[in-house]
Amino acid sequence: MTTIQEPAHRQLGMTDGEYESVVEILGRDPRPAELAMYSVMWSEHCSYKSSRSHLDRFPTEAPWVVVGPGENAGVVDIGDGWLAALRIESHNHPSFVEPYQGAATGVGGILRDVFTMGARPIALWDQIRFGPLTEPKNRYLFNGVVSGIAGYGNAVGVPTVGGEVEFDDCYSGNPLVNVMCLGILRNEQLVLGTAGEPGSIAVLLGKATGRDGIGGASVLASSSFDDQSQEKRPSVQVGDPFEEKKLIEACLELYAKGLVVGVQDLGAAGLSCATSEPAGRAGVGMDVDLDAVHTRESGMTAPELLMSESQERMMAFVDPVRVDEVLAVADKWEIDSAVVGEVKAGNTLSIRHNGDLVAEVPAASLADNAPLYDREVARPDWIDELWQAATPIDFTDPAATLLELLADPAIGSSAWVHEQYDHMLFLNTVVGPGGDGSLLRIKGTNKALAVSTDGNGRLCYLDPRRGAQRLVYEAALNVAVTGARPLAVVDNLNFGNPEKPEVMWQFKETVDGMSEACEALNVPVVGGNVSFYNETDGVDIHPTPIVGLLGLADPMPTTPPRLHQALEGMEIWEVGPIASDNLAGSALQRTSGFAPTGRPATPDSEMANRVIEIALDLAHRVPVLHDISDGGAAVAITEICIASKVGASFDLEHPFSEDPHRFIAVCAPGGVDLPGDVARRIGTMTGDSIVVGRSQVPLADADLAWRNAIPAALAIKSSG
Amino acid sequence: MKTAVIVFPGVNCEHDVVHTLKALGGEAELVWHRETDLSDFDGVVLPGGFAHGDALRTGAIARFSPAMTEVTRMAGEGRPILGICNGWQVLCESHLLPGAHIANRDMSFVCRFVDTEVVDTNSILTRTATVGQRLRIPLNSYEGAWVDPSDSGRVVLRYIDNPNGSQNRAAAVTNVAGNVAGVMPHPERATDHLLGSTDGNVLLEGFLHSLVPA
Repeated sequence: MTTIQEPAHRQLGMTDGEYESVVEILGRDPRPAELAMYSVMWSEHCSYKSSRSHLDRFPTEAPWVVVGPGENAGVVDIGDGWLAALRIESHNHPSFVEPYQGAATGVGGILRDVFTMGARPIALWDQIRFGPLTEPKNRYLFNGVVSGIAGYGNAVGVPTVGGEVEFDDCYSGNPLVNVMCLGILRNEQLVLGTAGEPGSIAVLLGKATGRDGIGGASVLASSSFDDQSQEKRPSVQVGDPFEEKKLIEACLELYAKGLVVGVQDLGAAGLSCATSEPAGRAGVGMDVDLDAVHTRESGMTAPELLMSESQERMMAFVDPVRVDEVLAVADKWEIDSAVVGEVKAGNTLSIRHNGDLVAEVPAASLADNAPLYDREVARPDWIDELWQAATPIDFTDPAATLLELLADPAIGSSAWVHEQYDHMLFLNTVVGPGGDGSLLRIKGTNKALAVSTDGNGRLCYLDPRRGAQRLVYEAALNVAVTGARPLAVVDNLNFGNPEKPEVMWQFKETVDGMSEACEALNVPVVGGNVSFYNETDGVDIHPTPIVGLLGLADPMPTTPPRLHQALEGMEIWEVGPIASDNLAGSALQRTSGFAPTGRPATPDSEMANRVIEIALDLAHRVPVLHDISDGGAAVAITEICIASKVGASFDLEHPFSEDPHRFIAVCAPGGVDLPGDVARRIGTMTGDSIVVGRSQVPLADADLAWRNAIPAALAIKSSG
Repeated sequence: MKTAVIVFPGVNCEHDVVHTLKALGGEAELVWHRETDLSDFDGVVLPGGFAHGDALRTGAIARFSPAMTEVTRMAGEGRPILGICNGWQVLCESHLLPGAHIANRDMSFVCRFVDTEVVDTNSILTRTATVGQRLRIPLNSYEGAWVDPSDSGRVVLRYIDNPNGSQNRAAAVTNVAGNVAGVMPHPERATDHLLGSTDGNVLLEGFLHSLVPA
């Protein structure tokens, strides 16, 4: 507990140096409301002050990129007048403090980023990570987060069509909740976050402002946790999917009627951001009247009004002659609205409250003059030791080992999770949760979009550069096996405390690794998010970058490869390099009870491109393609067996190796002609057992172990 | 002949229903819930979603929307009225169908394909199906269990394994006249091989065949 009153700026999470910068910009001491605005806009979460100097290294350009990083969402051209908008965000800390609302508002936030661009959000993906389910606290967090995603996503009417669940000790005090959203729009509907010309009117749309969600960006997202963290609960927003649903429909109608010049959301940093960023981008100033803001509670102060965050509010900038039409659309959709400001020439953002001037700042300074830190980077001295310490793992009975892997909650069926999510709305879900990439058709075209989201903290802990490269290659192969060509990447970089040089080294290596792989595949990074301070009581999480990769199938295969399409007698092929005995960071290493050790196999950019091309070709010709990842080829083949209800017999020297660039193809006898140097026949779909070399397990047992993995871990009786 | 697909704030399956009815050769239009005149329409679908955010109870507020006065009139005239998922809940709250819906037996949201069986073909929903026909259709609900203390609803579609604890394993119910029906699984989600099933077509074709000129 703090006994001596700290200066106001420190209570708001600002350093003394940052405070001095504000004084320098203003030429005087800041007023309380001004200090509040700078504190949220210059928070790590909003300003990327520790990461910006590294993020510049990402490749961000390609002919199909319409909007790159820096806007609310990335936008790419998918042909024939269609655009796709995508973004990923984390809600890690709010989800630890209050799992249901933290995760729910994470969904709300990412949707808002996408429909702010003019797009209709069509799908969500959830990347969630927790400590082991043997701990009651982790079961509570897991349950709460899944319920929150379901509660918000289902009600707001956007399907959750994929994602990933992982469990590891390092997330016990700091779960990760990353949500990605994809939207589609027609070319002419694209809207940017600009305030437009002087004279434009600022109209605030949506839920009335309250005291929840104040300082979420600075208080929650930009500091580390300890056992006092539960006291931060009032900073978590309370989600309202019904309000957001109405807001989405109202905004889409405003865009369709061409009624807005620009739009900005009121997510992190609330009104502070929704006024200063669009004005800064447009090179204009703005007069804002806080008395016009519609509120839920009386007596809110100017700093509170300026910092309150909500997923369910938007600022629209409107030509003055069209304000009445905008208010009429808001009225139709039964959402509140208020005219709160006017765009002015010059560059000054002036804010009044109760008739008094409470802030007068250069609009662009909140974003453009944010501090930039070149944090110290140091290679951890323990990494060489880890590389040397690779543990040999003995599996004399591969079928028994396979059963253990299938029963692991991170590898077994995710049905317990994804059946709580509406994953079918909009009638687009051709490949949904449980496959590799999700494949969504675009009705009225021959196109489909595929998305894969991938993370692997253990791999990145052992070698952040190789780990990050492999994530990009894995995501790319995951979309390729659905028939989609990799097009663009968004990333969510979840790391520990950036003030530690070892964490910054992990961060730098990750950025370099991702950049190298993206360049090798010619896939630009169109947006992302950085989440630092994922540490509790001084212990950092494993570096956990999440890659969300969008692919385009044009045309979509007439019958896209799917796991349930294998038949008795079909051939099983392994495509890609021959696996090694390297098990560093693998699922088998974890389920065998070992800490991550060894150095993961290095990826090969040429091979990556080659197997992707083979997969893209095969996707139009064979019934089943399946990427090899957690648990190796043995688990990949078993997943095909379970989905297709037919056994398999195969032989592999390293059935559990997770070496990159490999996938399984299943085809009718003699159905494919594959180059011998990268493909080999390894077995046959047959019978009602899984036969691995000379060891075997009944398919029914494998199915049960796989199906019950999460329910058993939660000690829930499976309903079959 | 034209179907009105009523849009209460918070519903989300309206576009899917219009898309599917059109794909089956029907004519369908979105109609905002404040509409007071449905005389241009020959039938109504209340689509799934979360009308008014499920505030108070599912369907409790939608019942009072102006459009429901017209829906009630049309129901009385024998026009086909179909409620899907949340739409069925609205029909119960409006007393156009008996009973009510409570939370699933397992107290969690369920989104997956379920197997059902046609048990009565005397309804707008099942008239083109045959008794005993098995249909695999996705369920997508939290308050999906139908209860009817009056035991007056006529079940036309039953779950094989009752996934939500519905009374009489009811997946769809009709009124005495057979022109008002509610169904919990989503037939519009099972209308394309690419999406895993076409078993929903027969139910929506039944609805379209029930339309007669106003």
